[in-house]
Amino acid sequence: MTATTTPSYPTMPQVQRSGSVAAFRALLLRDVTVLRKNLAEFIPRTLLQPLLLVFVFTYVLPKIQLAPGGEAGAETFSTLLIAGVVGTAILFQGIQSVALPLVQEFGFTREIEDRVLAPLRVELVAVEKIVSGALQCLLSAALVFPIAAVVPVTPVHLRVDWPVLITLALLACVASASLGLFFGTVFEPRTVPMLFGVIVVPITFLGCVYYSWKSLAVIPWLQVVVLANPLVYICEGFRAALTPAEHMPLWVIYPVLVGFTGVFASLGIRSFKRRVIA
Amino acid sequence: MSEAPGTRHTVRPVEDVIHTEHLTKVYPGGVRAVDALSLTVHRGEIFGLLGPNGAGKTTTAGMLTNRVEPTSGRAFVGGVDVWANPARAKQLIGVVPQTNTLDRALTVWENLYFHGRFFGMSNRVSRLEADRLLEQFHLTERAKAPVLALSGGMAQRLMVARAVMHRPSILFLDEPTAGLDPQSRLALWDILGELHTDGQTILLTTHYMEEADQLCDRLAVIDEGRVLALDKPAHLKASLGADTVVTINADGDLAALRDLLVDRIDGSTYGEVADEEIQLWVKGSNGVLPAVVNVADAAGCTVHDLKLHEPTLETVFLKLTGKELRE
Repeated sequence: MTATTTPSYPTMPQVQRSGSVAAFRALLLRDVTVLRKNLAEFIPRTLLQPLLLVFVFTYVLPKIQLAPGGEAGAETFSTLLIAGVVGTAILFQGIQSVALPLVQEFGFTREIEDRVLAPLRVELVAVEKIVSGALQCLLSAALVFPIAAVVPVTPVHLRVDWPVLITLALLACVASASLGLFFGTVFEPRTVPMLFGVIVVPITFLGCVYYSWKSLAVIPWLQVVVLANPLVYICEGFRAALTPAEHMPLWVIYPVLVGFTGVFASLGIRSFKRRVIA
Repeated sequence: MSEAPGTRHTVRPVEDVIHTEHLTKVYPGGVRAVDALSLTVHRGEIFGLLGPNGAGKTTTAGMLTNRVEPTSGRAFVGGVDVWANPARAKQLIGVVPQTNTLDRALTVWENLYFHGRFFGMSNRVSRLEADRLLEQFHLTERAKAPVLALSGGMAQRLMVARAVMHRPSILFLDEPTAGLDPQSRLALWDILGELHTDGQTILLTTHYMEEADQLCDRLAVIDEGRVLALDKPAHLKASLGADTVVTINADGDLAALRDLLVDRIDGSTYGEVADEEIQLWVKGSNGVLPAVVNVADAAGCTVHDLKLHEPTLETVFLKLTGKELRE
């Protein structure tokens, strides 16, 4: 078979043949470098939205006595909200750090064409996007958590379940980055405003960020509809991992999140390949 | 053309850096961009794919560089089947695409450094190589600049530097001078000449016949996805059997005049009407101009302008396709 014959002309000694692994690592290194260079943008972009959310809902509203559930509810609410804030930060980051750059690179810059020439399978270039996106999601969760824990005027009750926190945070980050990969390959520069207006906004408002899934029992149809929203499982999962608040059972959260990740990752990788190989 | 159809080699001799067997691409919708293309590029040569826009040059280059999946046929680079073993094949390929694909999030130096890392160089080697290439391509002063700050010519040089950094067996350039100013074009030709001297095998696609003539050791003239002729530029021009081309700008029935000229002018081998002008190919140019005027007069045509020049690849293309090569 021709594919396996070794070319016998000389190649430069410094070019190792470790191939795909080295290329994958180098792509990650490139993304980390770009992130480091852009920290001054990354930090405010990541922090401002959750900061305002927490500030208004758990500081301003209780102060002006408009807190959901009244004075007594404020404490429950800030505890409920911390999971929502961390979950939203992760999902946003997945879209911002994977989808938006991809839309650009596929669109007018065509930079992606060069990345695709790196000596590894095209599918692995897409997988690298997920891995690097997931790392950025983790970083934003870590940045946002202290805000949600400290800013509220009423104490936030934390009860950290470490094994759940670690596994769920990783899963949520990979799920969000996969979602970002998928969106990044199906949206074009022209349609990006749609991504926010029609997809991200409903996902956040109907993502059990500001309320628990169980509390939706009073609006049964909504309780069913939101089950299609991956953010619901992320927020409910963080509720389980961080707080004593009521949450969806973990045996539902884990498999569904794994399922979402699998579906969006494979759709995203397939669509990525279709975009770069004619 | 190149290989006899039907031969199916299991091991390609290494002297053939590129080898394709009946490479075909039919795009969705049925457009047959490349049709059973078989060609071989030898080590150390500059090989040109010459043809008008839409001839299938870029698609061919794409199929050889893992960007356009062939509908049928096979493509080998350095003996590696490009589509059976893409990761391995890409290690052997350097590409300078038509558009600027530099990494805008990185500086000039970083573009090279990370390219080296993608291709398996260690941190130290990649740093040294990036420095060396910036020097070689006269970009050292711009090392820390963002790539968006580069002029078109500089960006092009950086893309060439990046493409050769991992010492590819073959360097692909897709319409490398399209959109460059004349000075940058000459500078790029110099660079390619130097790389060629160092033994770099190069495949370039172009629709500039001057570029193809100047740079290429061998050329495939392509139109509508097929190779119409493949030879050294000088041989292609010699294949016309003429050493002079007379361009005649005249009034009257040009097709009839052409037939008359081919018939009556000594040594004329072929005539063609294109762009409201007649091109007459002649072997031996002595006395040809008065003869042309006499024939035209006799036929009742007024000659406005006459030009003599050596055959160019443009002429070759015109003879092969009946079309002009220009955009």
